[in-house]
Amino acid sequence: MPVIEYIEAIRLAMKEEMERDDNVFFLGEDVGLKGGVFGTTKGLQQQFGEERALDTPLAESAIAGVAIGAAMAGMKPVAEMQYSDFMFPATNQIISEAAKIRYRSNNDWDCPIVIRAPIGGGVFGGLYHSQCPESVFFGTPGLKIVAPATAYDAKGLLKAAIRDPDPVLFFENKKCYRLITDEVPDEDYVVPIGKANVMREGSDLTVIGYSMPLHFAMQAAEELSQEHGIEAHILDLRTLQPLDRNGILEAAAKTGKVLIIHEDNKTGGIGAEVSAIISEELLYDLDAPIRRLCGPDVPAMPINPPGEKHFLLNKEKLKTAMLELARY
Amino acid sequence: MKQAGSVQQTLRHTAVGLTDERAVAMYKTMMLARRFDERGQLLKLAGKVNFHISGITQELSQVAMGFAMDLEKDWFLPYYRDYGLVLSIGMTVKELMLCLYAKGEDPNSAGRQMPGHFGSKRLRIVTGSSPVTTQVPHATGFALAAKMRGQSSVSLVTFGDGSSNQGDFHEGCNFAGVHQLPVIFVCENNQYAISVPLSKQTRGRICDRALGYGFPGIRVDGSDPLEVYRVVSEARDRAVKGEGPTLIEIMTYRVTGHSATDNDLDYRTKEEVEVHKKKDSLQDYKQYLVDAGLWSDEQEAKLQVEIRAIIDEANEYAEKAPYQAVEDSFRYVFAETSEEGR
Repeated sequence: MPVIEYIEAIRLAMKEEMERDDNVFFLGEDVGLKGGVFGTTKGLQQQFGEERALDTPLAESAIAGVAIGAAMAGMKPVAEMQYSDFMFPATNQIISEAAKIRYRSNNDWDCPIVIRAPIGGGVFGGLYHSQCPESVFFGTPGLKIVAPATAYDAKGLLKAAIRDPDPVLFFENKKCYRLITDEVPDEDYVVPIGKANVMREGSDLTVIGYSMPLHFAMQAAEELSQEHGIEAHILDLRTLQPLDRNGILEAAAKTGKVLIIHEDNKTGGIGAEVSAIISEELLYDLDAPIRRLCGPDVPAMPINPPGEKHFLLNKEKLKTAMLELARY
Repeated sequence: MKQAGSVQQTLRHTAVGLTDERAVAMYKTMMLARRFDERGQLLKLAGKVNFHISGITQELSQVAMGFAMDLEKDWFLPYYRDYGLVLSIGMTVKELMLCLYAKGEDPNSAGRQMPGHFGSKRLRIVTGSSPVTTQVPHATGFALAAKMRGQSSVSLVTFGDGSSNQGDFHEGCNFAGVHQLPVIFVCENNQYAISVPLSKQTRGRICDRALGYGFPGIRVDGSDPLEVYRVVSEARDRAVKGEGPTLIEIMTYRVTGHSATDNDLDYRTKEEVEVHKKKDSLQDYKQYLVDAGLWSDEQEAKLQVEIRAIIDEANEYAEKAPYQAVEDSFRYVFAETSEEGR
């Protein structure tokens, strides 16, 4: 099976879906001729033409709003927000419109759009090229939210998102683009939205998270296994909305000790909801208080290298937290 | 509105491409919208319904717009005062009344949304919301889809003068201009954004903004439905020919409060409103038809009886109709799969 980069998996998912369905097209800033500021859509305008690989004016509300209109007309648009930090001008279109179109029309209209937005830091992007905005959209019924950590899931989840009949926010991690490579089959497949995935089996503690920080957890888990004989059970949520309730409960019950991790800041983050789900159902099965290791509650990370490093999660921070919980 | 020329010369409605029958049908639809709107106000005052928002004086141009469009092909993105528009493109008084009473059979939202939030796929009316102007980029998206598919559909989107200050107005117009998309942007300028008058909303003319987007902007007198019909028809022709969007600013005046819960005398004088109420251009259009030999007092009397019966019947039906079952009120957040659906 070929091993490919995370960014290539995203590009292939779009290419294959556009080949499969003429209604699929994408639009955004610099996505056409240039192929995106990260190169995610490179070559697609050459293959599919200007209309289906559409460079738009620099105006995020229109990127989302025009995509919503086209989706209601029967197209399957993939709207790209260049950085998730620049997604906020489109928030009204996403929350007031896309999320509510099916509900407010009593199922008469629907809005099958995908909004792709790169999240995360570690690329010296400073405050406004590094944020994780998942929590802003997380509490909005009517939106599905996915955030893959691997190339396999990026491809399979993007295909599932494009085929989904409802709006899906696809948060891809820009640090993962070139850093993460894994096996991705040539054959067509989808990763179902709403299903978490066990990345590593273990019996001593459970780590639950999504996106880039899971890779730090995997590295830390290997070291803990070798150095201390501690085996971590690691669950990749993959989909943030709707959360895989059963998957979360199974993973938590497996060890009775839960550490929740994400790069988005701690307060009001996805981890708070995951923690609440476990508390509601499994409180008396736990052997330790639920822990969270997340981005700090400051507006965003600084660009200066020590400041950025201090903000971000890494293998060492994970290892310390995991060891402490295992020994609780 | 004045009857221009005598019957020996070409009549104005004929000159703009309306048959006698359609010129009369426009009048009937305007009157239906007016009487429905008046009933809505009464029902709100009587406490029978929870909300009403009025489009009185705007129905002439709304109906003229609807008559200028192709109901089989075009897309409609109305705003909340557009009773005249939705009636002219096929919504019935019964459906509007079900919406006003927020009943389950309401095709717009099954009684989920406030009255005036239109939507019906059957009638190609796109579902709308309350945060104003979000529909403008949607109209551009419908037009983009039509262009990509090689369909000759035009999208017609309306909004108020207040909305013209929102970013979505600019973003939607600019996008459509860049790609020469088949959209007609219609600002129904009734000179008030709730309490704030036009003079405090903008200094320039809204239609002139089209210049900055590279397409025509036209201001038209909303009390002259034949002129509105002409201008919208031309805009549609341009759109179908691939010549791009048009911005139309229809000048009108809101004679009611913003909604049934707004006391407009807090911010404007009775005298100012009276001046506009007296200029009832619906009567002027009727007189035009009478002068053209197309309408008579007998026909008028008969029409009023018919409309009264339609509205009474719809009112009675809607009042008795059931609400959406509460068991169904949480449905359709997402598409229902066969396992979830009932």
